[in-house]
Amino acid sequence: MAEKSLMKGNEALAEAAIRAGCKCFFGYPITPQTEISAYLSKRMPKVGGVFLQAESEVAAINMVYGCAGSGIRCMTSSSSPGISLKTEGISYIAGSDLPCVIIDVQRGGPGLGGIQPSQADYWQITHALGHGDFHAIVFAPASVQEMVDTVTKAFDLADEYRMPAVILADGLLGQMMEPVAFEDTEIKMSDASKKPWAACGHGNKRKHNIINSLYLKPDELEDNVRARFKRYEDVKAKHTEAVSDYCEDADTVVVAYGSTARLAKSAVEAARKEGLKVGIVRPITLWPYPAKEIAEACKNAKNVLCVEMSMGQMVDDVKLAINCSKPVEFYGRTGGVIPKPAEILEKLREMGGKN
Amino acid sequence: MPEFKRPHALADVTTHYCPGCTHGIVHRLVAEVIDEMGIEGDTIGVCPVGCSVMAYDYFECDMLEASHGRAPAVATGIKRANPDKFVFTYQGDGDLAAIGTAEIVHAATRGENITVIFINNTTYGMTGGQMAPTTLPGQVTQTTPYGRNPDVEGYPVRVCEMLSTLSGVALAERVTVIDPKNINIAKKAIRKGFEFQKNKQGFSIIEVLSTCPTNWGKTPIEALDRVRTEMIPYYPLGVFKEGAIR
Repeated sequence: MAEKSLMKGNEALAEAAIRAGCKCFFGYPITPQTEISAYLSKRMPKVGGVFLQAESEVAAINMVYGCAGSGIRCMTSSSSPGISLKTEGISYIAGSDLPCVIIDVQRGGPGLGGIQPSQADYWQITHALGHGDFHAIVFAPASVQEMVDTVTKAFDLADEYRMPAVILADGLLGQMMEPVAFEDTEIKMSDASKKPWAACGHGNKRKHNIINSLYLKPDELEDNVRARFKRYEDVKAKHTEAVSDYCEDADTVVVAYGSTARLAKSAVEAARKEGLKVGIVRPITLWPYPAKEIAEACKNAKNVLCVEMSMGQMVDDVKLAINCSKPVEFYGRTGGVIPKPAEILEKLREMGGKN
Repeated sequence: MPEFKRPHALADVTTHYCPGCTHGIVHRLVAEVIDEMGIEGDTIGVCPVGCSVMAYDYFECDMLEASHGRAPAVATGIKRANPDKFVFTYQGDGDLAAIGTAEIVHAATRGENITVIFINNTTYGMTGGQMAPTTLPGQVTQTTPYGRNPDVEGYPVRVCEMLSTLSGVALAERVTVIDPKNINIAKKAIRKGFEFQKNKQGFSIIEVLSTCPTNWGKTPIEALDRVRTEMIPYYPLGVFKEGAIR
């Protein structure tokens, strides 16, 4: 690892994309992710890449569709209302089996909402990223360093499985500065050489490639979707990730992801100091969802607490993960309000007192 | 006398187009230009949503199918990543001049080095003949059963005139394919567009006044007459802008 430098989360994500060989970035300004565009507009021309500010979120994701379809690593980023606009394009990308990376630095909603940190895109990103039967791989890193490390992984898995990958951050992770180190690798922009399916000009050497999501015969469309879902099973088997702490003897297990997991972990550690038997499990991938890992972490618990910066969009997935075998309570703040560790601790005391 | 045969870039398949529709002629002209320039292996086409949605099966070059109206953005993504390849979009009037207005205007004003083939037949053909942004005043469609009333539905969009005001545009030309003379003019315009692209000289759009006998409720011959007598007066043929931007 190279030496560490202090970087803002959004800028670190942008630099990490370049290091991952992302040749083209198509963006549109929206708070709180605009630093990604600003950084790449400076850096891309110097490393032989492409930065383009599109006329809309819709155009940006469709530029990604074209670029990815020609076999080149590319990325777009946005924040919640902008992601809503991109969902049509993401559906086409998934339906055409194209790899790309999409960053969502979440802010409060619905509507124009606010510009402060939020996790209220959970449903949109994990359950409703566009019309039709499809998934994207969704990563929920919890620190600036983890965001950086996730970018290369996201590009690699997107390429391997020919599907979109999302890095689900929030305004807190995007705006905070933390020490970060990048792997010492030569910057090498991607090309289409390992993508025989790419529509990049056949050079009179092969039959034409077609990038398309239209199947007018129902049987063909069903076969196509089923084949994609078969690949999803492989992603689930190999790339589901979660991390747990203090869960073995815990009476109460907290489930939280992203920046909220860090706040919750502070609360868990404070509770341990008070003698409360509490643990925490943090999903690192939100799709595939680490249901088994959560069930394992909660196996000895009497109750479970889901903590989020939303109205509890992940609660049902936690209940399903443990088959509703024990009570799942929720603590969260929304609208851009960040829950304080002390508030979470108070909730843990209350839940510990019930047993 | 050269032998009349199918251009290599035009796939040897039966198209789904209706009898009397001029899509087939325009496809052929694009394929002839690709053949004559010897660029099939370096060309990537983008087709729209609309009647030409399945054009990816009709051209032998690499193809992408875009979502409704977004073909210029898709083409931008391809071209920026592959500046030495030829990229064209093939779009209808609903696709380009209604839902895709932002994408076409901004691709044009950026001087995106692509060629746009724009089919104007004054209706949404694929969905069964609804009002298009190019539907003429008084024209009866499924959604203007009493004729398009500008007081209610507004006025038709003249795309070439509008885009010709933008600095990024190298070529904006309106042609038609209703007779051999005009077909030759149309082919020259398409060739010009690809030549501008070859020389990296900016954005080109060739608008082709086309027929839709099925949704117009006309025979193929009557449909050709309608282009001459009703469309050309509102959409004059000719070059609205021509000249390298860089």
